[in-house]
Amino acid sequence: MKPSAFEYRSPTTLAEAVSLLQSGNGNAKVISGGQSLMPMLAFRLAVPELLVDLKHIPDLNVIRIGDDGVHLGAKVRWCDITSDHRLVRAHPLLAEAITHVAHYQIRNRGTVGGSLAHADPSAEMPGIALACDAQMIIMGSTGTRVEKASAFFTGPLQTTLEPDEILTEVHLPAWPAARRWAFEEFARRKGDFAMAGVALFYDLDSDGRAVDAHIGAIGVSDCPIRLGAAEAALNGSAIDEKTIAAVAATARSEISPPSDIHAPAAYRRALVGTLLARGLKRSVR
Amino acid sequence: MRVRNSYIGQPMERTEDMRLLRGRGTYVADVNRPDQLYAVILRSSVAHGKINTIDTSRATQLPGVRHILISADLGVVVPKIPLRLQPLPQLEPFHQPMLADGKVRYVGEPIAVVLADTPSIAEDALDHIDLDIETLPAITSREQAEAMPAVLFEDHGSNAAITWKAFKGDADAAFASADYTRRETFKVQRHAAMFMEPRGFVAEWNSDAGKLTVWGAAKTAWYNRRVLAAALDLEVNAIELIEVDVGGGFGSRGEFYPEDYLIPAAAKLVGRPVKWTEDRREHMMTANHARDIECDVEIAVSRDGRFLGLRGLAWADIGAYIRTNGSVGPRNVAQYMSGPYTFENIDLKTTMLTTNKTPSGTYRGPGRFETDFIRERLIDLVAKDLKIDRVELRRRNLVADSQMPYPLASITPYDSSTELDSGDYHAVFDLCMKEFGWAEKSKLSGKLIDGYYHGLAVGSFIEGGAAGPSEDARLVLETDGSLSVYLGSSSVGQGLETIMAQIAADATELPYEKITVNHGSTSHVKNGHGAYHSRSTVMGGSAILLAAEKLKDSIREAAAARFGCAAGDVTIDGEQVACAGKTLALAGLSDVPLEVEASFFNKKYTWAYGTQAAHIAVDPGTGHVKVIDYLSVEDVGRIINPLTLHGQAIGSIVQGLGGAFLEHLVYDENGQLLTGSFADYLMPTASDFPNIRSITLELKPCPNNPLGTKGAGEGGLIPVGGIMANAIADALSHLNVQPMELPLSPARIWQLVEDAEAIRAVA
Amino acid sequence: MQIEFELNGADVGANVEARTSLADCLRDNLGKTGTHLGCEHGVCGACTVLVNGEAVRACLMLAVQANGEKVVTIEGLSGDDLSPLQASFRKHHALQCGFCTPGFITTAHALLTSEPDADEERIRDVLSGNLCRCTGYVPIVEAVLDARKFYAGQKEKA
Repeated sequence: MKPSAFEYRSPTTLAEAVSLLQSGNGNAKVISGGQSLMPMLAFRLAVPELLVDLKHIPDLNVIRIGDDGVHLGAKVRWCDITSDHRLVRAHPLLAEAITHVAHYQIRNRGTVGGSLAHADPSAEMPGIALACDAQMIIMGSTGTRVEKASAFFTGPLQTTLEPDEILTEVHLPAWPAARRWAFEEFARRKGDFAMAGVALFYDLDSDGRAVDAHIGAIGVSDCPIRLGAAEAALNGSAIDEKTIAAVAATARSEISPPSDIHAPAAYRRALVGTLLARGLKRSVR
Repeated sequence: MRVRNSYIGQPMERTEDMRLLRGRGTYVADVNRPDQLYAVILRSSVAHGKINTIDTSRATQLPGVRHILISADLGVVVPKIPLRLQPLPQLEPFHQPMLADGKVRYVGEPIAVVLADTPSIAEDALDHIDLDIETLPAITSREQAEAMPAVLFEDHGSNAAITWKAFKGDADAAFASADYTRRETFKVQRHAAMFMEPRGFVAEWNSDAGKLTVWGAAKTAWYNRRVLAAALDLEVNAIELIEVDVGGGFGSRGEFYPEDYLIPAAAKLVGRPVKWTEDRREHMMTANHARDIECDVEIAVSRDGRFLGLRGLAWADIGAYIRTNGSVGPRNVAQYMSGPYTFENIDLKTTMLTTNKTPSGTYRGPGRFETDFIRERLIDLVAKDLKIDRVELRRRNLVADSQMPYPLASITPYDSSTELDSGDYHAVFDLCMKEFGWAEKSKLSGKLIDGYYHGLAVGSFIEGGAAGPSEDARLVLETDGSLSVYLGSSSVGQGLETIMAQIAADATELPYEKITVNHGSTSHVKNGHGAYHSRSTVMGGSAILLAAEKLKDSIREAAAARFGCAAGDVTIDGEQVACAGKTLALAGLSDVPLEVEASFFNKKYTWAYGTQAAHIAVDPGTGHVKVIDYLSVEDVGRIINPLTLHGQAIGSIVQGLGGAFLEHLVYDENGQLLTGSFADYLMPTASDFPNIRSITLELKPCPNNPLGTKGAGEGGLIPVGGIMANAIADALSHLNVQPMELPLSPARIWQLVEDAEAIRAVA
Repeated sequence: MQIEFELNGADVGANVEARTSLADCLRDNLGKTGTHLGCEHGVCGACTVLVNGEAVRACLMLAVQANGEKVVTIEGLSGDDLSPLQASFRKHHALQCGFCTPGFITTAHALLTSEPDADEERIRDVLSGNLCRCTGYVPIVEAVLDARKFYAGQKEKA
């Protein structure tokens, strides 16, 4: 399982990196942590002619927390998120979700940008980005653009990134301290890709009813999805047993999950409902 | 006479650890020979097809590609892999050719061997080989094998290779008159040994000396050497197979595979050393698969809970060819279903079906994991029907010590019979119940606590070991007084160097530190057999005992020559010899090393046995199962090293849990292997099963070998599937959930709960 | 491509293809065969090495990415005698075939160096990224727990 041959460059600026990608004519790929790309190279599922390493490009590994929310540089690693204790308050949903990612050695190399660009339908980071209305900051040959997460993920392992574009940062909007949230996933073993996962949050109005509910699901479609009907069922309701059951039922009926060797569709469908119900129960503090 | 040494029974720390812990082991991938080429194998990506053409011309033009071997290079007739075990003539049509010969029958079947300057270049070359394969319908299930839209072996005319029959007493009569019978269908999934070190070989042909050297031997080097010699038309003595450090075998590594021939053949053909290591994806489609069976079986029981008989049919999906020991698992399913319980009437047949999947072979406790799942499930079902406590039902039917030797079912063809040798099955059963705390824990059966339903189960098992026919040991007393031990036994990580040194130290009364154990390579002894069927301690150890006696005779004779007295008057006391008041040290006693060789012959299996109990909890919403406590108690007759034995017991249990819950080799309807990496073939990890306990006992020594020990190390996993399924049934008894199929994946458990709730809703 | 990095405290160089993994470079170019390849797709952990003190899978890193970095392999964690961690593995019989062992030693060393108080759950969690087929993990966890005392009071990265 040796990769096919490729050229390798490690430029020192983003502009140079973009230029190199352009020169690849669609046969160049970005590498940073390599935790998703290297296995694909090993299996020859990816056969690029050029790898452009972000290793020497400065400032992409910063976690910036401000009034406008959390900014994660593309090279921020999972271990960086876990060791930055500010995030437990600044974005508890992110902090919790990331504890489920992979294993120790992978967490020392795997990056936020890599996970988002790779867009595995079962990965936590794309799910969080989507659920939280994140914005992706992307640099390419035509300049910098900002894309909403809801438009960014287009299919299994597919995003709107052009061959000459690099995701440089993801911006998660500010997180109110009183927000209610939960993250629930179920995998065969700890650290495995989730068979299904739910990332949810909502705020409470003065009557204690949910508003602005966001429910993202991973592992149940080609890419992470928002459960719009379930959100609608949650909004305006108190978080009681009746609501939880109704929201879970709605979620189950609005999805069309795939079947694979680990989980048939019917099981995944039920699992989403179960995880959502448990998450909602947990969110009530 | 004063006993000088008693290393047997001591938890000696292992000598092998000194190098293995520091990364100084030598595994075959660490072996390099000057001027070597690297081999990569072109394998079929089609499950069933006729090879029309192979065109390697584009590939040979790649810089760095030196040669591409195809079947035409192997001679007029492509050699085939013979059967090492149960080599019946009627199985010859199913032998695998070393390279696909006109037809491919499974994804992964070798078609060509590329030799290049680097492994990367060799792998690059694969894409440049043009293959024209006309696909045929793929047989991927029992239904298809029987319906026969295609036949793997046209001359044979069907996809059923052979049917093994286990028989005892008169099953039909027993069933006709039984108070109660129950019939069920069970399935166990295809999974595999999956050792951590991928296979590999380094082969070197010295044309001047006419000698072939191959590194990477394991398990059965002497047999493999004979096969290789015949296939290459060389004298046996022209070949040396060298065993280096081996990263696990579990019954799968070391059997003769196509690569055992292809790599040496390539080296001989091109006149340069050739190195090959498989990668994990390759391993999953080439190393023996195991355990794939379906079984339609019934049990007959008297009203008061005495087991009367077992009758039924099993179908083993054995893949595309029958390889060296492909019959063992299927036979064992039939022969050992009775386990440690008395069954006087047995009629069980296993049919081996060929399918377009990777061929099967033995994996730890072959056939036994499967058959124990079936039997222990049946016992719990019987207990429920007859309203007899399932603990009591088992006690009532365990073979008693007074009934030993107790014959098991006989098998035909390749007739064999065996009997349980010794044991107090009831004592071990009761000890397990006590240590486990069954009485207290059973109060939790079926209880819902924090969203989990709790369940318990118990099961007993037998573990066969010490397959014959013989094993060799050679002892060399070096001139410096140290002892070199050479064994036909092979190491697969079980601590052979340490255990055999313990046995040798006690037998020769020489200091443990002065003993070195060498194993597995064909130059070591004349006729080795190797490591399989948990035989090394019994067979290799007993051979050492015999050799030690011979060595003492040699020492006495050498001393007599020096002393000028009769050999019978010489006494040996540790590192000294004495006669008539004079003493000499063993070091320097003779000018040349004193060398003896001995063979231990054995026809009787040993039977270690035990009982396991488990406490689990199930989350019906997700199907997740927590193993809260798992206890195994096993009697092995005599323990040589409790540290290593305990280690093997725990390791085996965890493999069993992998088989019960996680591991599954899955094919699609086109014969494509969907689980081709560790991302999809799920193995137990450190966080999955933390609560495993094991107790090993020396209750009833084995009467059939001088050590009194029984082969052990496979046993742990044998009853695990049945116990886990029974525990889940116990936990979900309010729904009457009855698992009949492994693995017990979350999705399967969830589905069982769904189906049961649906039934309850309309009831 | 010519690369240079620090290996087990010494400066080394190697000429590799861009596609050569760090694992293959260590094993084939630099003779450090203690790092083992069990899967080459980043799951089994047998290839674990330390890069700048952090445990990483050497099969998921290109050799060229190690240029200028500090790499430590099992050989760099081993001396004439067994280290306290290695001795603990031996005492608890935490290895059988030994193939996964360098990966476990390296990972455990990295863990205990930065978290000498790691409890059993944390140890199991971290070690869940390394596969062992022989031991069933129980003795490995016991060995790592028992080795913590040798790391207490040394809270800096290796």
